[in-house]
Amino acid sequence: MTQINSKIPEGSLAEKWTNYKDHQKLVNPANKRHLDIIVVGTGLAGASAAASLGELGFNVLNFCIQDSPRRAHSIAAQGGINAAKNYQNDGDSVYRLFYDTIKGGDYRAREANVYRLAEISNDIIDLCVAQGVPFAREYGGLLDNRSFGGAQVSRTFYARGQTGQQLLVGAYSALSRAIHKGQVKLYTRREMIDLIVIDGRARGIIVRNLVTGKIERYAAHAVVIATGGYGNAYFLSTNAMSCNGSAAWQCYKKGAYFANPCMTQIHPTCIPVQGEFQSKLTLMSESLRNDGRIWVPKKKEDAEAIRAGKLKPTDIKEEDRDYYLERRYPAYGNLVPRDVASRAAKERCDAGYGVGPTGYAVYLDFSDAIKRLGKSVIEEKYGNLFQMYKKIMNEDPYETPMMIYPAIHYTMGGIWVDYELMTSIPGLFAIGEANFSDHGANRLGASALMQGLADGYFILPYTMQNYLADQIQVPRFDTDRPEFEEAEKNIEERIAKLMRINGKHSVDYFHKKLGHIMWEYVGMSRNAEGLKFARKEIKALQKEFWKDVRIPGSEETVNPELEKALRLADFFEIGELIALDALNREESCGGHFREEYQTPDGEALRNDEEFSFVSCWEYQGEDKEPILHKEPLNYQFVVPQQRNYKS
Amino acid sequence: MDKNINIKLRIWRQKGPKEKGAFETYELNNVYQGSSFLEMLDMLNDKLIGEGKEPVAYDHDCREGICGMCSLYVNGHPHGPDEEITTCQLYMRKFNDGDTITVEPWRSSGFPVIKDLMVDRSAFDKIIQAGGYISVNTGGSPDANTIPVNKDKAEAAMDAAACIGCGACVAACKNGSAMLFVAAKVSHLALLPQGRTEAARRAKAMVAKMDELGFGNCTNTGACEVECPKNISITNIARLNREFLKAKFQD
Repeated sequence: MTQINSKIPEGSLAEKWTNYKDHQKLVNPANKRHLDIIVVGTGLAGASAAASLGELGFNVLNFCIQDSPRRAHSIAAQGGINAAKNYQNDGDSVYRLFYDTIKGGDYRAREANVYRLAEISNDIIDLCVAQGVPFAREYGGLLDNRSFGGAQVSRTFYARGQTGQQLLVGAYSALSRAIHKGQVKLYTRREMIDLIVIDGRARGIIVRNLVTGKIERYAAHAVVIATGGYGNAYFLSTNAMSCNGSAAWQCYKKGAYFANPCMTQIHPTCIPVQGEFQSKLTLMSESLRNDGRIWVPKKKEDAEAIRAGKLKPTDIKEEDRDYYLERRYPAYGNLVPRDVASRAAKERCDAGYGVGPTGYAVYLDFSDAIKRLGKSVIEEKYGNLFQMYKKIMNEDPYETPMMIYPAIHYTMGGIWVDYELMTSIPGLFAIGEANFSDHGANRLGASALMQGLADGYFILPYTMQNYLADQIQVPRFDTDRPEFEEAEKNIEERIAKLMRINGKHSVDYFHKKLGHIMWEYVGMSRNAEGLKFARKEIKALQKEFWKDVRIPGSEETVNPELEKALRLADFFEIGELIALDALNREESCGGHFREEYQTPDGEALRNDEEFSFVSCWEYQGEDKEPILHKEPLNYQFVVPQQRNYKS
Repeated sequence: MDKNINIKLRIWRQKGPKEKGAFETYELNNVYQGSSFLEMLDMLNDKLIGEGKEPVAYDHDCREGICGMCSLYVNGHPHGPDEEITTCQLYMRKFNDGDTITVEPWRSSGFPVIKDLMVDRSAFDKIIQAGGYISVNTGGSPDANTIPVNKDKAEAAMDAAACIGCGACVAACKNGSAMLFVAAKVSHLALLPQGRTEAARRAKAMVAKMDELGFGNCTNTGACEVECPKNISITNIARLNREFLKAKFQD
């Protein structure tokens, strides 16, 4: 078996990143101009990387699928960004941020990466303030913080409920400045559809121009993938409509390992599904669980009457309500981590106590908090979320409890990278949600923004140079090379094949079916039988798709149906790999819950003896099982423990 | 209570930037009022695909009102007949059984049509590239608490920074002016001490680029403020004018 080399530097935790930076190779300014870097994606990771690499003097080409870099899905992050500033004097430190993140990830992340992330967190806040990010402030003019799940300190910096937007606008400003200075060239409405590997190194990409339909070729000395996660394999998720896993998947098919695909995060507080044309699920921020109490009726007949519209939640007496999180987890109550809260909601609904027209919803009730604090305090804290809820559900959460249900939100798994954020293909890097690196089996709130910006602003600009220093003698590649020719031919054939099918059903018809399989059998709780069944079902659906999908219009113009079809074709394969990885991981950890592996009272049961490793899947070809490589997680500094939220 | 309604849609169809467009009428039955406007369009597209016709092309992405991608002109209003929403946050309960709904793209010389209801808003990126930033490089920033920022000013900066760059202000303006968009960015950065240093340069560069790209003049009708999904106030335009004049006097 191939030995996985994660290239962790020597030394104590606190010395590793410093040691690395002291000894890595650098590229001198005159040589940087001659080195081209492709960055795919303009979210927090992509935009920050493109801007920073451009500022250093590299020649950067930056691609996005939207009409503007500012629309990347990082923009939708609500809550905040963590940093170990200890501005609140509440005992925070780099080590504590590191420890909380490792523990929150249920001991399935790399210690060295997570420690580096915590170290860098403070630099991110400094830079963002210098860029003009309008973080919340105290009357004295200094920065304010709030608390998030999985921490005992207040370390979350925020800009109202729009922190992701403000950080992305900051990165977008830096990117715009680099474009203005000619350091970065921007390509919008373009979707990467293949990776070019020449002599074993990543040397370019093929994109489809989403306006003209033309296939375009771009060469570079190195390629960076910053295209986010693959949560839309489940069809309904909190992701934006265009979020997809295809760029990462093409890298996988060219030899990049895909790590921990089964580690997907389900967020407990989303607005439930309403009808068959539902296209996405809207998140209600985790912060609501500070004041909201989650409950369902104690009596089945009450739940049935509510579902039939005969009773209202306000008709249910206090003693007939089951505040099941408070009942099961007295120590943490409504503030248990995301994975625990999600599973508990599913358990109640599956048992027949769910509410709402479908029976798949629970109440998030603010009546106690309104009584205790007054409506105006609740309004000040959560006004924008309450307004959003009212627009969607046509119910006033000040008067009646919100209905919520878990939904797919984030993928901790992704392209495998080493400490330098380089994949198993030399010259191919992956950053942000697209890689697997820092969140283990469960991501803590306010950590995604931190990781995306750490990768882009402060890690990649160093680690890429260590690779590029050896590339200064390599001349620019011609896009007429056979590798480009062949890739373009394959893509044209794939598109022509899709267009020719002219079957009976739309792309969404198949995507919804895939989503249903994924959610039912590869979702919040999984078992061997269901996972095997899901793999078979996905295969069968995939076959049907390639026989019976209908894509109207032409490939030579704007064609959203074709875009969706190309992405869905990959989602079938991604879905299957998620199921395979979930089947293989015979333990429960974080977001991955296997029903066979639980404690007597229904909690996740980890198996550190056998499964303290990163699953790295290597592609072997169509219809062949991928090979599993294991990167052992040797915990040297922290002792893994069973997470306990009860006492 | 939400129920199912039957509607008629008059939708602008245009094959490409150079082609002539026209309205086409479609009937759509059993639309659940709890669906969003874009889900209703998905339903229409599903029907069109089933009939072997080409679906309506339109921009959309996050579907929760923050990415700024969706951009439909519905019954004469950018983002449609509701307040403080983007098109994706418009729900079918705003419409009644039997209604005819007219859907058009943003109409402005600054935003040429790409196809059907999709327009090219890259002009907004160009305006930002001209100077809509604070010129700092990654690394070497002072500690975030070195410069205190007045809370009221920080809040006002945040109000302006809430702009999502959707272009509704331009679409709402009879002159096709981009003043509210430019003013929001100039205000966001000019209100913060970090952004003061190059405030004059920024205002001049952004206004010059806006003029160059063919956006119209502001005649203070206030239509932009009314239609803005994020409630960006026209007091920002007054601030932009002050910043711009100050900059000119300094020349």
